[in-house]
Amino acid sequence: MLSIKNLHASIEGTPILRGINLEVKAGEVHAIMGPNGSGKSTLASVLAGREEYEVTEGEVTFKGKDLLDLAPEDRAREGVFLAFQYPVEIPGVSSTNFLRTAVNQVREYRGLEALDAVKFLSLMKEKMKLVEIDQKLLSRALNEGFSGGEKKRNEIFQMAMLEPSLSILDETDSGLDIDALRIVSNGVNQLKSADNATIVVTHYQRLLDYIVPDYVHVLYKGRIVKSGTKELALELEEKGYDWIKEEVDSAATV
Amino acid sequence: MSTLTTQDTLTPLFEGAPADFSSERALAKESFYAQGLPAVKAEEYKFTQIARKLEKEISDFNPAKPVSITEEMVKTAIFEGFDGYVLVLNNGKLEEELSQLPSEVSFSALSDQEIGSIAKPVKDAFVALNQASFVDGLAVSVPKKTQVEKPILILSFTQASAGQVVQPRIWIEAGDFAEVTFIEKTILLGEDKVFSNQVVEIKGAINSKVHYYRLQNEGDQAIEVSNIETDIQKDSQFTAVTISLSGDMVRNNLNLNLLGSNSEGNMYGLYLLNDKTHVDNHTNVDHTIPHAESNELYKGILADQSRGVFNGKIFVRQDAQKTNAFQQNNNILLSEDAVINTKPQLEIWADDVKCSHGCTTGQLDEEALFYLQARGIDKTQAKGLLLYAFAGEVLEHIEDESFHNYCVSLVQERLGSKF
Repeated sequence: MLSIKNLHASIEGTPILRGINLEVKAGEVHAIMGPNGSGKSTLASVLAGREEYEVTEGEVTFKGKDLLDLAPEDRAREGVFLAFQYPVEIPGVSSTNFLRTAVNQVREYRGLEALDAVKFLSLMKEKMKLVEIDQKLLSRALNEGFSGGEKKRNEIFQMAMLEPSLSILDETDSGLDIDALRIVSNGVNQLKSADNATIVVTHYQRLLDYIVPDYVHVLYKGRIVKSGTKELALELEEKGYDWIKEEVDSAATV
Repeated sequence: MSTLTTQDTLTPLFEGAPADFSSERALAKESFYAQGLPAVKAEEYKFTQIARKLEKEISDFNPAKPVSITEEMVKTAIFEGFDGYVLVLNNGKLEEELSQLPSEVSFSALSDQEIGSIAKPVKDAFVALNQASFVDGLAVSVPKKTQVEKPILILSFTQASAGQVVQPRIWIEAGDFAEVTFIEKTILLGEDKVFSNQVVEIKGAINSKVHYYRLQNEGDQAIEVSNIETDIQKDSQFTAVTISLSGDMVRNNLNLNLLGSNSEGNMYGLYLLNDKTHVDNHTNVDHTIPHAESNELYKGILADQSRGVFNGKIFVRQDAQKTNAFQQNNNILLSEDAVINTKPQLEIWADDVKCSHGCTTGQLDEEALFYLQARGIDKTQAKGLLLYAFAGEVLEHIEDESFHNYCVSLVQERLGSKF
């Protein structure tokens, strides 16, 4: 579904990603871990199309299409979803209107009929249950005054509404208490199917107790330096990242 | 001083003035020549070179005579969904035949009103010019305890007819406990540039409630100075909403004098500018007594080479304890060439007051734009959505539903297509 080959990206001339290779197939869950500043969020942003990042080398294909060639909105319509690390507060834009516009633009792109108000509301009601989000929250302006946990739940709710084939969760666990973490993870797990894939970007192993990955990759200095199964995450939890850093850094000096 | 004042260029205006209010006119003329039109460096007009604009664009300083207005034109000018009364002005002159006026309110030519007692000629050269040379004045009086249920739409038809100067002069009085809403819409006819120099004086008595909404969307022939000044008494409320969408050069002077305790003055404005449109909002709130409140919110979106000016003066006198005064001006610049000059000006002499002001100027929030795009919303539409969210806050202060809806549709259309 997603194929990343030798991806290099930089921001304002500073290279952040220095040759990422990754294959993600339908039905899989990949975790991307790594110390702070290793490039995890950059990878998520580059995939979603954030303009500040410049791709200097490499290619990304998504369902056979050149992903890097698409505008952010077209990536979303093709089925890429980024759950933001810091969801943006947008005063004056109602959550419901925003979502209806988004859902219908995505549906239109996919050749589906636009949802009328009634159908949209019933879809919303159904998906709200997934993340136990309150209707009241959605009658407010988008993310405005939401708590950290509410914002993250809203991200997963939006994901449920847009039905992406590739979801990228960028530090979705950061700042969540254990209840919120459980709710958010539950939502993600219920949305999992044989047809879609998930990339979980996280610093901590904790989230992976709930969203169990098929593969774990460690990102360091802009490269994937180690890949393994969920046991790798447990090892990282126990030993920290230093041993990996040492391994990589000493290999580099040899 | 502008050459317009030093030479005889403006003489036709004074010669064209009727004989009524002779002492008021004489006084104003004297005041006008003492002040002169604002010079290039005049502080109050330094960002809006209206005198220079007039020198360049206006060649015939005769008062424009009334033109031909048909019922059809009036019908077309009334926006969809409007339910209320219609007052037609023809280059400043009331057209009773074409109007539909509420019977409980009196409308007449100015006669014994104390013109110049609210908008004082000594304070501004354009006010002085109007008072010295206006042709037709209109007096509107809402008797006490009269609540005019539906809004009064002032359709101000303006057209050069040889003379290119139009100077509407309106006196509005709301008696004790009276309530009334005005919606002013100017329709510019013909191809020639017009200089409109309007004075509206509003007197709100005890516990009165006056709303004055304005839509400035005349197109680029409009060179306009609008002077609205209001005195309100105890327990009364005045709200002005000014929506500016087009024009060549527009200067709005809005002055609000809070003269009685527990009075409330609200000033809201939205300017969406493109091309070379220049809109200047100068507002002034004078808190003279304790326990009064003023709220002010002006927002602007500027594209192309447009220019906006906001100057908000709040004056809290020593006696005006327990004053609440709030002011906010926010701007979004959409192009490198657009300019905004904004200046909050608070002068506070009382020591027990709550006053706040803030102004921001920025660009469209790129992070918010990306967030919307990342959810599949087209970039152009996402921009429109964000800009409307910004602008919509001002429109929420329009209480009349049909005018609110009309402004929403105009603004949405503009944000979707023009920007």
